[in-house]
Amino acid sequence: MKKLSLIAAGVALTAIAAGGAQAQQTLEQVKKRGQVICGVSQSLPGFANPDAQGNWAGFDVEMCRAVSAAIFGDTKRVKFVPTTAKERFTALQSGEVDFLARNTTWTMSRDTQLGFDFVGVNFYDGQGFMVPKKLGVKSALELKGATVCTQTGTTTELNLADFFRSNKMDYKVVAFEKNDEVLAAYDSGRCDVFTTDRSGLAADRTKLKSPNDHVILPEVISKEPLGPLVRHGDANWGDIIRWSFFAMVNAEELGVTSKNVDEMKKSANPEIKRMLGIEGDFGKMIGLDNNWAYNIIKLVGNYGESYERNVGEKTPIGLSRGVNALWTKGGLQYAPPIR
Amino acid sequence: MAVEVDTARAPDTPIWLDSRYRAIFFQLVLLVLVVGFGAYIFHNTYVNLERRGIASGFAFLGSTAGFDIIMHLVPYQASSSYGQALLVGLLNTLVVAAVGVVLATIVGFVMGVARLSRNWLIARLAAVYIEVIRNIPLLLQIIFWYLVLGKSTPSPRQSIDVGGAVFLNNRGLYMPAPVFQEGFWLTPVAFVVAVVASIFVYRWARARQMATGQQFPILWTSLGLIFGLPLLALLVTGVPFSLDFPKLQGFNFQGGMVLIPEFVSLAFALVVYTGAFIAENVRAGIMAVSHGQTEASYALGLRPGPTLRLVIIPQAMRVIIPPLTSQYLNLTKNSSLATAIAYPDLVAVFAGTVLNQTGQAVECIAITMAVYLTTSLTTSVFMNWFNTKMALKER
Repeated sequence: MKKLSLIAAGVALTAIAAGGAQAQQTLEQVKKRGQVICGVSQSLPGFANPDAQGNWAGFDVEMCRAVSAAIFGDTKRVKFVPTTAKERFTALQSGEVDFLARNTTWTMSRDTQLGFDFVGVNFYDGQGFMVPKKLGVKSALELKGATVCTQTGTTTELNLADFFRSNKMDYKVVAFEKNDEVLAAYDSGRCDVFTTDRSGLAADRTKLKSPNDHVILPEVISKEPLGPLVRHGDANWGDIIRWSFFAMVNAEELGVTSKNVDEMKKSANPEIKRMLGIEGDFGKMIGLDNNWAYNIIKLVGNYGESYERNVGEKTPIGLSRGVNALWTKGGLQYAPPIR
Repeated sequence: MAVEVDTARAPDTPIWLDSRYRAIFFQLVLLVLVVGFGAYIFHNTYVNLERRGIASGFAFLGSTAGFDIIMHLVPYQASSSYGQALLVGLLNTLVVAAVGVVLATIVGFVMGVARLSRNWLIARLAAVYIEVIRNIPLLLQIIFWYLVLGKSTPSPRQSIDVGGAVFLNNRGLYMPAPVFQEGFWLTPVAFVVAVVASIFVYRWARARQMATGQQFPILWTSLGLIFGLPLLALLVTGVPFSLDFPKLQGFNFQGGMVLIPEFVSLAFALVVYTGAFIAENVRAGIMAVSHGQTEASYALGLRPGPTLRLVIIPQAMRVIIPPLTSQYLNLTKNSSLATAIAYPDLVAVFAGTVLNQTGQAVECIAITMAVYLTTSLTTSVFMNWFNTKMALKER
């Protein structure tokens, strides 16, 4: 495993050394290849998880499909590359993937030091703790002396250290490379506490032997704005991912869904007309067809549809919209207008 | 590489037809190409990192790490620097490698000799151990032992209690830790003195045996010195240490010392795996010594014990040491598989967490490789020295 990732890192370095010259033309490369290569989580129900037939599904996966729909008018032209938290950045830096839609927290150092551009926040999250009910813990402030399982190379690992340090509590951390290993270790009792983003806790709880024996503590100890990111230096490619996401949010706000998008083409609302390519050349501005947003909405759906289908209250993940509701409904999701 | 040609150039041969100069010329060309390629890769990497706005350089080693590490032999906390995290990871690698090398050598020698045993059962058991273990990938074995350890140990509140001092649970093996008080320094000093004295006794006894043929009980004298002197020092200073016992408090035991299950299962897997290979080296070494040596030794009146110790083993060692060196190097490098079970070794901490938190893949991987290279070369140098010492001295 270790050797594999070392090899991967080596290959990545070689790629950094050899590639790079073509940093400006990601879109051309994607079109030539006929596929978008999208870095996703390895197995996180609700966000990115392959089913028994190997079909990927989830909230982040649909972000990839939306980009594919915008470029090719087809949601199938995506190659999903599952990455660990540790591998993801090298995979993107080296050009192994075209962009990451992988529960990645937008931080200043990642945005500036790693050579990336975050294009938006498709999920506002925060870090939380899960403990077995039988421990009788009611608050994260009672976790003094606990052993905590987490994933290495994440902001989670750092927030954890900050939280315990600022509350003057000691703890032990067991950091695994893969999320599944963290979960297995927690399930087998190696740790008292499992920590990750609260959406991840909800998703991972469904994978435990007996989900109902575990409780998510009320404290949210950090801000985790999760969003897709691209390599720094290809502004046009970043625009495509950014506006594919904004199109989904705008569609929800304007009431355009995958079911009514064809009728909406006849809408008198100029905002909808611009979005669906009836008026203006907005697709051309980002190097795509003017049908780009229509294709996203028709083939994938708007932001709300994608949310409810993958992580919403009717799914096993069961997350309410909360801060991820539209700004018009008291949430934080807000997209600049298409005009 | 150099081709030695000692034919002198005939006075009228042009220089480009002279094989000596041609050989040097081609080697120079190769050297220029290799160096040029290296420089090109280096330059290209640097320029591309720059263009993509990826930070480079080694300044990050001084900045705050911000994450914790479960096992550290030197003081470390989240506010320590990445450089200190590197040191913690390195020491964790070295300690598992050192423990692994010592124990694997013991297991290897015992199993190698056992496989040659005349006792059918012992020989077969050793053969089964060697063949099974050698033929299963190490990664699987590490994960296997980790899972076995995790599943077979109870939770902290149901810990296995050994005499109220040692506790075993799925968080590790908790033992009392000595807390040293003033005046304890005399004991380690006494230990060092005893070791030095033993070496002198050994030299003196050997010289006397060479001169007069009289033997001296070196082993018992040294043991007496090494155990007796520190004990005496301890008693004289009034036993200046106490034990810190682990106590169940809240979630887990507090105080004492702990061996975490990640360390135990990694060390165990490395020992069992490498031990099987060493066993085969040992068997090969012993079988390489011709049986005539044993017979000659018996004919001279040596008993079986001294025969093995003074005749067979020294000759076998010459065959054993070179492959033993590569097993030691393998064990050290294989310890990097620790990442699979969350043991915080050099690769997991530095080429893993630090690489990811800083994003400086090139620097982190380069440092990690340099550290492994240094460690391996040091081991090699030591083993080569040992090999020279054990080599046949032709007089």
